[in-house]
Amino acid sequence: MNNPLLEVRSLTTQFFTEDGVVRAVEDVSFEIFPGEILSLVGESGCGKSVTGLSLLKLIPIPPGKIVSGELLFDGRDLMELEEREMEKVRGNDISMIFQEPMTSLNPVFTIGNQIMEALQLHQNLDKKEARKRAIEMLDRVRISSPEVRIDSYPHQLSGGMRQRAMIAMALSCQPKLLIADEPTTALDVTIQAQVLRLLKEIQGEMGMAVMLITHDLGVVSEIADRVAVMYAGRIVETGPIEAIFGEMRHPYTKGLWESIPQLKEKRRRLNAITGQVPDPMNLPAGCKFHPRCYLMIDDCKKEEPPLYPVNGEHFSRCLRWKECC
Amino acid sequence: MAQYLIRRLLYTFITLVGISVISWIIITQAPGSPIAITMDPKVSPKIVEQMEKNYDLDKPIYQQYFLWLKRLFTGNLYSFKDGRPVLDKIGERIWNTLLLNLVSILIIFSLAIPLGIFSARRQYTFLDNLGTFGAYLGISIPGFWLAYLLILGTVKLFGYPVLGMRSFVTEDLSSLEIVMDRLWHLMLPSIILAIGGIAALSRYTRSSMLEVIRQDYVRTAKAKGLPEETVYYKHALRNALLPIVTLFGFLIPGLIGGSIIMETVFAWPGIGRLAYQAVLARDYPVVMTINTISAVLVLIGNFIADMLYAIVDPRIRYQ
Repeated sequence: MNNPLLEVRSLTTQFFTEDGVVRAVEDVSFEIFPGEILSLVGESGCGKSVTGLSLLKLIPIPPGKIVSGELLFDGRDLMELEEREMEKVRGNDISMIFQEPMTSLNPVFTIGNQIMEALQLHQNLDKKEARKRAIEMLDRVRISSPEVRIDSYPHQLSGGMRQRAMIAMALSCQPKLLIADEPTTALDVTIQAQVLRLLKEIQGEMGMAVMLITHDLGVVSEIADRVAVMYAGRIVETGPIEAIFGEMRHPYTKGLWESIPQLKEKRRRLNAITGQVPDPMNLPAGCKFHPRCYLMIDDCKKEEPPLYPVNGEHFSRCLRWKECC
Repeated sequence: MAQYLIRRLLYTFITLVGISVISWIIITQAPGSPIAITMDPKVSPKIVEQMEKNYDLDKPIYQQYFLWLKRLFTGNLYSFKDGRPVLDKIGERIWNTLLLNLVSILIIFSLAIPLGIFSARRQYTFLDNLGTFGAYLGISIPGFWLAYLLILGTVKLFGYPVLGMRSFVTEDLSSLEIVMDRLWHLMLPSIILAIGGIAALSRYTRSSMLEVIRQDYVRTAKAKGLPEETVYYKHALRNALLPIVTLFGFLIPGLIGGSIIMETVFAWPGIGRLAYQAVLARDYPVVMTINTISAVLVLIGNFIADMLYAIVDPRIRYQ
């Protein structure tokens, strides 16, 4: 296999609040290869968004802090970069799109202005060229009559259009990696599918890598190449999509899957995972999932299990991964 | 947009009529009469009656109002006190007041907004806390008290007069010195007039800025790789200023009220001081006319604020 584009090693991000330390991301390691879609999956508060923001070093400091870890991107450790150099990476090599298209675009500037900004900054284009490129980008994300829409303000566009404009903005400098933080969560279901398809298409055309952050395993199954499931700030199961959907080796992944309505099966009720997401300031000892786990044994409370290799690239952080299937 | 403008102007006009009617009632019904104040008790009632007739005080209040309105617009309005045309009296002084207020507004905006941003970027640091302390001091200290203190201080320190618009003896000064003399006299009252505004506006800017920098679009701007300065001064500031421009409208009434006090303290020959003297003399035509002019200024201020709001916020423009 070729070299990874991004290699995250033991990333640990914490928030130092007045009430205590929130361990949002704990010892997370993964790789993203050029041109692949890696999906980071988990419930709200599992640390997936913080992981995404950490990659761009956009964690608000204070209260947040990347306590330790290495972010090897294209041969450089982003952790070592000065803020000025990091600014050149953001939006240019790695860009990000966010969940809320309603609030993620600046209401007082036209979308054209906001797309051109990155182009003028990173690609040294003058206004005219940047505008031309912005129109091309809008066309590329299938916004009709882009030469008119470019002068629209965000409030004049629908949610789906805004998210397309966001994507156009993020991709305008042809980044090597796109971090998409719940890009479709705030959209209507029909629009969700359109935007996902668009993302996948453009990803194919441009050959960039995508880190897709989502809580929706359904979305993952549609477009991802590899999956990392996060729980309480840790990766609990990771592997290629065929391996994971072939045999889920962590009770949490299974729980997530079973909580999605399936068309084929006629289940009366959805199987929600019992219990609640643990308080990140007060995590249980041992396996973080044991209070909610149906496979729990006494050993689960003692020590945090490592990532056991299941099969090739497939890993599970479960003591009883063999029995979970 | 045109429709909005017309509607807005119509509302402004109705408000103005309402203001003038209510102030007429309050001013004329307030205790004391223009005659009683200037009159000796020994004067015969006949003369008093004659004077009331001259001033139309024998007529019902609504007739008095319409007479005032008619005379104001036909230029036949005369002061009770010295019989001079009211518009002349105001006309020769209003520019002095406008100058003082304009300079104050400039001082307020040019100092308060940078101060607010400065504090916001250093939230809860020593300098920010110092700013908070200073702002509360500025809001709490009465202007007239501070004015007297500063007059005392500057005169003692520089031995140069600060009252009035200029020094008395200017014949032997060069033109540059005359300009400097004018600026010197303008400086102190306009600064003191501005202090309350600076304090309040810098606080508003600070909190507005702090609210805005937590918004998602600020994170988007950072994720784009924009330098922090651009994020602050372009993306955040533009949004933070939206509520600030509306304060422009609220600032003007405060300045006009402040003018009355500051012009009196600094012997500034403006309409504020004229209004003060006219109120003491119950000079209804002068008080009412100045009142109306102030109301017009306030309404113009609000109107400008609304227009500015539409300019800076595209969401307003199209509705």
